[in-house]
Amino acid sequence: MRIVFKTSYDADIRLFKHKAQAFWYLLLFALAILLPFLISDFLIGEATLVLIWAICGMGLMVLVGQTGQASLGHAAFMAVGAYSNVLYQEHFSMPFLLSFPLAGLTAGVAGALIAMPITKLHGIYLAIATLAISVLAEDLIVIMEPLTGGVSGLFAPDIEIFGFVFNRYGNPVELYWLVLFITFLIVYLYRNMLRSPIGRSFAAVRDSEVSAKAMGINVARTKMVAFAISCFITGLGGALMGHFATIFTNETFNLIMSITLLLIIVVGGLGTIHGAFFGAIVFVMLPLVISLTRDALTVFADSGSVTIPGLESGLFGIILIGFILFEPMGIYGRWLKIRTYFELFPFYRKDMFRRQKSYLKTERTR
Amino acid sequence: MDILQLIVSGLANGCVYGLIALGFVLIYKATEAVNFAQGDFMMLGAFITLGFTNADHMGLPFWLSVILAIGIMGILGYLLDMIVLRRMFGQSQVAVVILTIALGFVIRFIAGLIWGHEPQSLESPLSGLELRFGGLVLGMDEVWVIIVTVALTALLYVFFARTKLGIGMQASSQNQLAAYYMGIPVKRIHSMIWALSGVVAAIAGILFASKGSIDPTAGLLGIKAFAAAVIGGFGSLPGALLGGIIVGLVEPFAARYMPAGYSQIFPYLILVVMLVVRPHGILSQIQTKKV
Repeated sequence: MRIVFKTSYDADIRLFKHKAQAFWYLLLFALAILLPFLISDFLIGEATLVLIWAICGMGLMVLVGQTGQASLGHAAFMAVGAYSNVLYQEHFSMPFLLSFPLAGLTAGVAGALIAMPITKLHGIYLAIATLAISVLAEDLIVIMEPLTGGVSGLFAPDIEIFGFVFNRYGNPVELYWLVLFITFLIVYLYRNMLRSPIGRSFAAVRDSEVSAKAMGINVARTKMVAFAISCFITGLGGALMGHFATIFTNETFNLIMSITLLLIIVVGGLGTIHGAFFGAIVFVMLPLVISLTRDALTVFADSGSVTIPGLESGLFGIILIGFILFEPMGIYGRWLKIRTYFELFPFYRKDMFRRQKSYLKTERTR
Repeated sequence: MDILQLIVSGLANGCVYGLIALGFVLIYKATEAVNFAQGDFMMLGAFITLGFTNADHMGLPFWLSVILAIGIMGILGYLLDMIVLRRMFGQSQVAVVILTIALGFVIRFIAGLIWGHEPQSLESPLSGLELRFGGLVLGMDEVWVIIVTVALTALLYVFFARTKLGIGMQASSQNQLAAYYMGIPVKRIHSMIWALSGVVAAIAGILFASKGSIDPTAGLLGIKAFAAAVIGGFGSLPGALLGGIIVGLVEPFAARYMPAGYSQIFPYLILVVMLVVRPHGILSQIQTKKV
């Protein structure tokens, strides 16, 4: 166990707690850059997908993990990002470098506008309102057919930066590096946001609205900013998802996707950047593992291929229930526990990470 | 006459929404949690009945399988709370929300595994019969839906307002710890309310399936029932029925008088507007909020 002796406020908000931590993260980043030389092109495509999901997950994490506001409707903002990105490129013939951040901004503004009336709501009411927004967005895409192509969808052109073309099938490795670079920028932005006053006020609002108010935080505005930043990041993820999927319709960004996004961050671990990545890895790898197992079983049992429709979402649901019941802090929480166990060996106690229980009182007569 | 016809079919649809909403409200009233899998519960109840009744499955008499399905759903609800949800005691509401969403995924998967993903219809003695009043033709199934829903809501209302158990349930919601100190078995009450909402879901499912066909995604109807519960005021039983009827009535009229594509967004539009304007519903239970 390393003890960091903090002598100034700067030491408290430093990006890395100590040199060793910086070393490990840089090593991870270097490994991520070198990944294409280690695995096949198909797996690089999956790795790109992991990064894109992680970006979207980080977007939702700002809202759910940092600010404590549940949203069941974030696919709507992915859709805003994806559609506006392509529309800017097509109708205003903007280059990707301009349309991409603008798509994020559009989603952010949309999020802020929607947040204004609904941040008054709490807990389940907020969850239901965002659920309705997700369903509405799906139908609105169909209604706005002249712009969005309705049910036949929209075709996303290849990403082009200064004449260099990125295509999922043509040059997956370069696309992976591009997405990795964007992911790096967003992680950096996220980390910086967390140690700035706004990030601290997010945590205050999450932990107790009443005491945040007492500390002089404008709760309604903080929630709105959280929505805006969250939707900005999710919109960027959605724009990338659009390019990755090459064609997308109203069905792409449906309610199931909203819920999937929430499940990703819960499985990964709420309130941490790591959680978004772990969750995305689990979600992307699950179909791969299922198909591999199926192949193995077919070879083993020699019984022809068995396909069970809906197996993935069912299995994901079971995994999620397991996590909520037995490891509410997600994969990252489990990792922290294991690490602490070895760091403190033989002094680890079972209740070290125990959470305080709170007994419910009604919201209705308060 | 046309409009009357629309009203009746809207009422019947609305009653099904109201019944699902009733399931939300029951659980919310007693445990302060929201069961996002209530729609899937309804679907499961419908499929269990279908599995017992239909000739190509087990072919039992309809009324026997209704009783069996209701019993099974009640036991299932009780066990679900005892095994899964009791562990969530003392954790945040949002965690319960996510848990029940995941539960919905699993129920949909299991139903698809057992009964397949094709739409099926329940062979019930209610379907096909008609009542005629002058020019008005009412399906027997629709009349039954309305009668059963109203009776059930009234019964549950009396149960919560008058009986000792019902009041105990309300108390355990208003303050778990205080209720526990007063000698109310809070944990058992939670399990009982889950069993009750399982029963209500089974009834809703049977009525829904006798009106048309069902498939494992029918549970997504639950989202419309959310609209119903919010419009009526979460936590109010008559409110849930009222909200359900409003949603049910708006739908056919919007489908008739609005251009295609716009009608299906109406329930959600009402829901969002309601949440913005009057978040606690028509029959609100919220009293002044103090810090």
